[in-house]
Amino acid sequence: MKGRVYVAGTGVISAIGNSIPETLKSFENHSSGIGKVSLFDTIHENTLPVGEVKIPNTQLADNLSVNSSLSRTALLGIQAAREAVAASRVNVSKWRTGLISATTVGGMDKTENFFVDFLKNPSKGRLRNVVHHECGSSTELIADDLGVNGFISTINTACSSSVNAIALGARLIRHNILDVVIAGGTDALSKFTMNGFNSLMILDRNPCRPFDAGRNGLNLGEGAGFVVLVSDTVKEETRLKPSCFVSGYANTNDAYHQTASSPEGRGSFAAMQKALAMAELSPENIDYINLHGTGTLNNDLSEGTAVKRLYGDNYPRLSSTKAFTGHTLGASGGIEAVFSIMALEQQCVFPNLRFETPIPEIDMKPQLSFESDIKVNHVMSNSFGFGGNCSSIIFSRM
Amino acid sequence: MDQLMADLKRQIIEALNLKHLKPEDIGDDQPLFVEGLGLDSIDALELIVLLQQQYNIKMANPQDGPQIFRSVKTIAEYIKTTQTA
Amino acid sequence: MPVYIKGMGNISPQKTWGNDPLLASPSDYSGNRLTCIEPDYGQFVDVRQLRRMSRIIKMGVAAGTMALREAGIITPDAIITGTSFGCLEDTGIFLSKMIENSESALNPTPFIQSTHNTIGSQIALLLQCQGYNQTYTQRGFSFEHSLIDAILELKDNPNQNILAGGVDEITTHSHSLQKRFGIFRENSSSLNLLRQAGDGTINGEGAVYLALSGEKSGNNNICVEAVSTFYNSRKLTASVKDFFESTSLGYADVDLVLMGKTGVGKWDRALEAVASVLFPKASLGVFKHLCGEYPTASAFATWLAARLLREGRIPEIVVEKNAERPLRNILIFNSYFEKYHSLVLLRTC
Repeated sequence: MKGRVYVAGTGVISAIGNSIPETLKSFENHSSGIGKVSLFDTIHENTLPVGEVKIPNTQLADNLSVNSSLSRTALLGIQAAREAVAASRVNVSKWRTGLISATTVGGMDKTENFFVDFLKNPSKGRLRNVVHHECGSSTELIADDLGVNGFISTINTACSSSVNAIALGARLIRHNILDVVIAGGTDALSKFTMNGFNSLMILDRNPCRPFDAGRNGLNLGEGAGFVVLVSDTVKEETRLKPSCFVSGYANTNDAYHQTASSPEGRGSFAAMQKALAMAELSPENIDYINLHGTGTLNNDLSEGTAVKRLYGDNYPRLSSTKAFTGHTLGASGGIEAVFSIMALEQQCVFPNLRFETPIPEIDMKPQLSFESDIKVNHVMSNSFGFGGNCSSIIFSRM
Repeated sequence: MDQLMADLKRQIIEALNLKHLKPEDIGDDQPLFVEGLGLDSIDALELIVLLQQQYNIKMANPQDGPQIFRSVKTIAEYIKTTQTA
Repeated sequence: MPVYIKGMGNISPQKTWGNDPLLASPSDYSGNRLTCIEPDYGQFVDVRQLRRMSRIIKMGVAAGTMALREAGIITPDAIITGTSFGCLEDTGIFLSKMIENSESALNPTPFIQSTHNTIGSQIALLLQCQGYNQTYTQRGFSFEHSLIDAILELKDNPNQNILAGGVDEITTHSHSLQKRFGIFRENSSSLNLLRQAGDGTINGEGAVYLALSGEKSGNNNICVEAVSTFYNSRKLTASVKDFFESTSLGYADVDLVLMGKTGVGKWDRALEAVASVLFPKASLGVFKHLCGEYPTASAFATWLAARLLREGRIPEIVVEKNAERPLRNILIFNSYFEKYHSLVLLRTC
C-alpha cells in the first residue's frame, strides 16, 4: 500500500512564539526572538546571543501540568506535540499510532548540572537529574504524555534529525505499518552545546545574518516542532480536511568532512534533487524554500551553491528563518517543517531578517519581507547537519 | 627559538594525537596543512586552543589561522612576536 | 519480504571476530562489567585517520568494515546505525573539561565526536558513501529500528546493499553512574549469570554491523524475516502472537527462541511467561551472559542467531532447553528494562 501521507495538525514552540498563532504574528511583525540567554548561567551570557524560549522550566511544567523535574527538551516537546495532536483532532488511541521524535541534546540540560557534583565524587549528584539523559528518554516522556504505546523512535542525525523523523513517519504510513504518526523534534539550549559550538568558533557575537556577505556565524536556539501525519484511511474515516501532504523527502550524505560542507554542496544538491524526484516535481514547481541558512560562512555558501546549481538565477522565494529563531539543532527540521506548512496554509512566505548584501560568489537575494496573498503550492525545507547528514522535505497543498 | 620549535612539535603531536609521528619527523618549515602533515580545519581550532593553554595567547580571529599555522617556524615566530608585544 | 544477510562484523566481550570457531573458548568475567575484545584497528583504518577516532567509533568502523569485507562490498548504498548512549567517552571528556575549565579554552574535537551520528558518519566519510545515512537512538530499540529502516528501504529498492548496525560502549563514568541505579550484581562468573541465584545483571557493550541486501545469492542464505518493537506493551503475549501474521511462519514453527534474559527477575519473568505459552515445543537459549546487558545487545543476539543458523547447531553455552529440533529459524525475543520488548526473526532461505 502506498497512497498519500497527509498533515493533519502542527504544533510549535520557539523563541518567536509558544504556539502556531503566536509564531505567525512574529513573522508578520518581523519580530526576531534572538537575545541574551537568561535561563541559565554561563560566562557567555553577554557575548553570545541565542533564540531562547522565554519561559523557565517551572512555568512550562506548570502550564502543562507535568512534573517540573522533566528535562527542558521533554517539556518543549510535550508542549508542541500536544498542540499538534489537538489541532489534528485525531484520536491517537483509535489507530495504530507512532511517535517519532528527534533530539541532539536529550536531557543534557539537567545532566550538565548533575555532572558538577558527580565529577567531584561519583556517589554525588541527584539521580533523578540524569535518569532521562538519553535522547530516547525524552521521546518516552512525550509518548507517555500523549498516550502513545507501540511504536516510538528517536533519530539523532545532528541538525537534520527531525526532517528524518518526519520522513520515517511518512514511510511507515506508506508501508501500512502505522496509520497515524506524530513526528518532529525538540532541543533545549544547554551549556554543553553553547560551549561546543563556541569551541568551533562558528557562533556570531551579534544576531545572525543568514546568507549575508557579512555573516559571521550562527546563534543557537531552542524549541520543538511536531506534525501529525495520517494515512488515506484515517483521512477518509475521520472526514479530515488536511491542508497539505508530504510529497517528497530525501536523505543523503555529503561525505566530505566531519563538520564542514563540500564547497559545491554535493550532499545538499543531491537531497534537494532526490526530494523533487520523489515528489515528481520540477525545481520551478517549488514556490518557497525554507533554507537551512545557519549564518555560518561554510553552510550558507555551500547551500547557496547547491541551490544555484539547481536553479541558476531563477530561484524561487527563499529565506532562512533562523534569523528569527536561532539554530534549534535537532529541532530545526521539525520547527521549519511547521513553518513550511504554515506558508502553505496561510499562502505566505517569511523574510530573511538582517540581510543586506548578497554573498558575492552566489549573488543570491532572499525574501526580505513577510508577504502574503501569494500563490504557494509547494514548499521545500532543507536541513543539513554535522557528519554530512543532508535532508530535504517537500510539502504540497491539497 | 630552537627550543620553542622543539617544544611546539611535541605539543602539536600530543594535541592532535599524531601518535605515528615523532618530533624529529616534523620539519621546521614543513607545511602543516593540506600537503605536508595534511592537517584540517578542526586541527586549526585545536592549535588555537593549544596557543591559549600553553602560551596564554588568545587568537580572536580564526581567519588568521592559515598564515600563522603554515609551519612550526611561523607559529614560533608568531608566539615570539606576540609575547614580546 | 526477506532481507538477506551477506556479511557480519561483531566486536564484543567474546572473541567474535577473526577465524576462531564460534564461541570456542568463551570469556568468563568476574565483577559486573564486561569489556570488548578489540582487534588491531590498523587493519581497518589508516593510522592517520585513527588519531581522531574515539574507541566507540573505531569499534563501529571496524565492525562495519568486517561486514562489508565478508559480503565483498566496497561501498554500501546506505548506512544505518543504532546507538542509545552515543559517543559517551567524548561526551564525558567535553563535559568534564567544560566544568573544570569554567567554560574556557575548550578543545573542539571531543564535542564534534560526541554526537550520536558520528559513528555512521565516520563510516560514510571513510567509504565516501553519499547515500542514505541514519542514526537511531531509542534505547533498547536502537538496533531494531535500524533493521526496520533497512527492511523498508530494501522493500522499495531490493537491489541495494545496506549496512545496518548497533553500537554501544561503557566508560568509567557511565559504569559508575549506571551502578547507582542498582541493576547490577557482583558476580564471580558471567558465563553462569543466568544459572545462578540472585537478582541483577552485568554491564555490556559491543559493535555489530550486518551487510544486508534484498537479493538472494546462491543457496544457504540467512535472512531477516521480520522485526518488531513494542513499547509499554500491556498485552505482550497477544502482540508476539500477532507478529507472526506478517511472516511466513507460525509461532509453533519457531525452532529456537533466543531470550534476552538478564538475571533481573522481574524483567526475565515477562519473557519466560510468553515463551511458555507460545513456544512450549521450541528450544530455548540465552545470550546476555556472553555480551552483558546494554541497549543494543539485540545486535549481538542477531549476529549469534545468524551464526547458529549457518552452523546448524546450538552451542552448549547458549542452550537453556534443547528440544532437539532441526535449526531452520530463530526468534530473538529481547527485553530492555520494563517497557521495551522486541522481536527479530531469522531463518535459512
